[in-house]
Amino acid sequence: MSVERMVVVGASLAGLRAVEAARRAGYDGELVLVGDEVHAPYDRPPLSKAFLDPDGERGAGAVAQFRSEEVLRDELRVDLRLGTRATGLDTTAREVLLGDERLPYDALVIATGSVPRWLPGTDPAGPDGPLEGVTQLRTVEDARRVREALEAGARIVVVGAGFIGSEVASAARKRGLPVTVVEALDVPLTRSVGPEVGVACVELHRAAGTDLRLGVGVAGLDEETPDGPDGRRRVRAVRLTDGTTLPADLVVLGIGVRPATDWLEGSGVALHDGDRGVLVDATLATNVPGVWAAGDMAHVENPLFDGEQHRLEHWTNAADHGAAAARHALDPAAAEPVVTVPYFWSDWYGHRLQFVGTPRADEARVVVDDLATGGGLVVLYRRADRVVGAFVVDLPRVVMKLRRRVLDRGPWKEAVAFATGSEVPTPR
Amino acid sequence: MRIVADLGKCEGLGMCEAMAPDFFEVDEDGVVDVLDAEPGEEHRTDLTAAVDACPVLALTLQG
Repeated sequence: MSVERMVVVGASLAGLRAVEAARRAGYDGELVLVGDEVHAPYDRPPLSKAFLDPDGERGAGAVAQFRSEEVLRDELRVDLRLGTRATGLDTTAREVLLGDERLPYDALVIATGSVPRWLPGTDPAGPDGPLEGVTQLRTVEDARRVREALEAGARIVVVGAGFIGSEVASAARKRGLPVTVVEALDVPLTRSVGPEVGVACVELHRAAGTDLRLGVGVAGLDEETPDGPDGRRRVRAVRLTDGTTLPADLVVLGIGVRPATDWLEGSGVALHDGDRGVLVDATLATNVPGVWAAGDMAHVENPLFDGEQHRLEHWTNAADHGAAAARHALDPAAAEPVVTVPYFWSDWYGHRLQFVGTPRADEARVVVDDLATGGGLVVLYRRADRVVGAFVVDLPRVVMKLRRRVLDRGPWKEAVAFATGSEVPTPR
Repeated sequence: MRIVADLGKCEGLGMCEAMAPDFFEVDEDGVVDVLDAEPGEEHRTDLTAAVDACPVLALTLQG
């Protein structure tokens, strides 16, 4: 059956790339893009980086929109449904449920991404309503809230020493504001980069003057006593499991995300037992014919790493997946495994952190360790005699060359020699 | 065909180098070097992939 009506649910990077790829592939049929935010697709990584910078710096306070609504509607001929939430999926009738409306599809790309987790009692949709002064950082509205607090010189407590939390801490320190980061683990980021790099990341926080509290959880949030007529709840302090109380004007939660798949429960699309992400094969096909998944929410086997299954919350992954899922949805017979080298970057305290590959390895070895003297850091990850990953700080020139070695399943010894600069040049 | 890199936008993230290493390289300062700004037409597929992959939309192909 040829596709006459393609629906893409999720209007962030993966969804955008899906509609772009569909048109580029010559697809001429109906193309619907559904997104629950009111904005046309915009770029999220800067929201915790340049967006938070003081006025006058590049990207400060600016939202990077990929394409305008007009271009999407007029040039790409997309039926753009913004501010519209998918509430269910009927895989038998082949319809996406948008509240009372039923949207038929021949081919469906699911790209609803992930939603950040709340601490108990802080979810605005919960029984007690919003708790002012507590935010996540996912949307442009969240970022504006954080930026305004920074400008007001707020006392900031960040919960979670992951990448988002660390970038917020960086933004605070850049403005000379004190900031405390609370992390439940003894070493942060172990899942993303392994313990060796986690320890290096701790040093970056300490050197920048961030008050990092490790191995301690949040016991609860203290609220101001409502005295206004509106009786709104507002945070006053964060209570920790070690008995400490941290006064706070703004609490930023960076405690991870979960796949935004509530609307797929009971639809027949197979979800992961643990986190309810969408299970797909290496071509991004779900278990339901005509339904494909892309980006943050997709659990996919990567042939590059012995079929290791992973779900990546990375910009490049969302972009690659979105385009591939659309092409495959339009021409399933031509679908091929998506081989990507996971890649992400983060900016902390003037340092550029970059990671390529997988941290799941037999060994992580620090091969360049010059951060203390103003140089860079390189950590390589080894599986048997292959290099499978690299973490690099402040050495941007080497990153993509290491990525190439990971993609080529390159030998460990050669990667170490390259990174340490002791490589013997090969004749051309 | 001409490769134009906006160095005011470039953040040296290197996706262009990943897609087309013969034409792009991130330098010591974390900014892209375009190794051959006027490549032959036979490279258009790789170069389009590189332009599309740029997370900060710093690259364009002219012609």
